[in-house]
Amino acid sequence: MQTFFQQLINGLSLGSIYALLALGYMIVYGISKLLNFAHGDVYMLGAYWGYYTINYLHFGFITALITAMIVCGLAGVIIEAVAYRPLRNAPRVAALITAIGVSFFLENGMSYLVTSDTRNFPQVIKQKTFDLGGVMISNIQLIILVTTLILTLGLMYIINYTKTGRAMRSVSTDYDAASLMGININHTVSITFALGSALAGAAGVLIGLYYNSIDPLMGMTPGIKAFVAAVLGGIGSIPGAAVGGFLIGLLETAVQAMGFSAFRDAAVYIVLIVILLVLPGGLFGKKQVEKV
Amino acid sequence: MSKEILEVDQLSVNYGAIKAVRDVSFDIKEGEIVTLIGANGAGKSTILKTISGLLKPANGEIVFLGQSLAKLTAPKIVAAGVSQVPEGRRIFAGMTVKENLQLGAYLRKDKNGVEKDMEAMFKRFPILKERQKQDAATLSGGEQQMLAMARALMARPKLLLLDEPSMGLAPIYIQEIFDIIKSINKEGMTVLLIEQNARQALSIANRGYVLASGEVKMTGSGQDLLNDPAVQKAYLGG
Ligand SMILES: Nc1ncnc2c1ncn2[C@@H]1O[C@H](COP(=O)(O)OP(=O)(O)OP(=O)(O)O)[C@@H](O)[C@H]1O
Ligand SMILES: [Mg+2]
Repeated sequence: MQTFFQQLINGLSLGSIYALLALGYMIVYGISKLLNFAHGDVYMLGAYWGYYTINYLHFGFITALITAMIVCGLAGVIIEAVAYRPLRNAPRVAALITAIGVSFFLENGMSYLVTSDTRNFPQVIKQKTFDLGGVMISNIQLIILVTTLILTLGLMYIINYTKTGRAMRSVSTDYDAASLMGININHTVSITFALGSALAGAAGVLIGLYYNSIDPLMGMTPGIKAFVAAVLGGIGSIPGAAVGGFLIGLLETAVQAMGFSAFRDAAVYIVLIVILLVLPGGLFGKKQVEKV
Repeated sequence: MSKEILEVDQLSVNYGAIKAVRDVSFDIKEGEIVTLIGANGAGKSTILKTISGLLKPANGEIVFLGQSLAKLTAPKIVAAGVSQVPEGRRIFAGMTVKENLQLGAYLRKDKNGVEKDMEAMFKRFPILKERQKQDAATLSGGEQQMLAMARALMARPKLLLLDEPSMGLAPIYIQEIFDIIKSINKEGMTVLLIEQNARQALSIANRGYVLASGEVKMTGSGQDLLNDPAVQKAYLGG
């Protein structure tokens, strides 16, 4: 039982990171119908922003987190405007290939700029561990969980209860009809990329804090897992994406705890295949499957 | 003689090599209902989309209250006072009825005015009040049409463009929709109405234009066109 709770906490902490990534992935997909392969790389940028600002500008955790969100949000806006917007009416596969190109560009560009060495993320918060009847939980895990919760609720609030959120949802449904309401499509898509990328930036700082090590390719696998999480939750559902992220984190932790570390990534892909076969709408998705 | 609100002059619109609209000219005066009728593919929706800025003209001018619309973006055209109820209604599925109406007022800053208009819409369309918290996609076709019209009116337009509002509706709804068009026009709204239901459209319109293969073939008062043998043969079922 103790091990169970221990793994649960570990799984939820890791799952938080995936949840943040999946949320961004999902809203960006919703509005642009684009699998933004560069999403995981924006998360890597967030981690490096944290690394440099904490080490050299002596930022505290909160300042590093917030500035990483701003910087990554801007990066997302630029990526969209430069790489995706010109292809908005092109065949989707062209945009998809471009997204892969942007991903390579960021990974290789960063490897060139900061070398591909793995670096130790600065310990901006001293780790403390609390013993809850044999189950160990660290202050860092708590920070990750709380930050994720706040950001998820914040995003839900914006999307469901603000004018901007309504515009985002309408553009996600129908560009032309949204234009006829007077909504500026370009602005709305930019805002969505900004929000999604800001969440990725936050996740990057959090993972640095949690795993201590960062490198320019760190975004590849989490990017894919976030996509799986979004599919698992049901594309189009915010709670779904968050729950999907947590489930993927739990699954990975469980597979690892059972001694199959080598298979933890494979387990995630098996989940993807199974959902696509059995539950194409995901756990919280709309019942009808979108025809692409 | 009331003044012109919209003037379309020698408008041509292409989809790549396809010339969908050719040298079309027409005008609408303040307070009128003008209808464009024509068979499938005549270019009716293309004209409305171009007025609304969703398509760019290859040639020609669109002047609304003295301002050229041809180079403006769709949001700027809404801001200028032209709202469209698109073909097929295009309500936002997954959003509530009320949210759809709020989106109609997206560009408006007068919160109180928006609240008032929302109440006015609920009064005019009681079913929308009843269903305000419901996903708009769950409304019936006729209810969705009313929502789409109310949504466009929430922008407080000076000119309302309606693209086949009776399409796919049961006869009782068709009558109701035409009654609503008449009544909002009586209250001062200028309307450009596109219809395949030519009889109904011509009977409520001040003037009509008959469109075929992207060109204006005939024009006249609603009554004259209704009585015209050629129009009767082609569009009114003989
Ligand atoms: N996106 C498009 N790409 C290419 N051709 C198009 C496109 N949309 C419309 N067309 C063509 O342009 C012509 C005019 O179409 P339009 O939709 O304006 O007709 P319509 O009069 O509204 O017809 P309907 O009564 O069926 O709605 C048609 O020949 C149509 O096939
Ligand atoms: Mg049409």
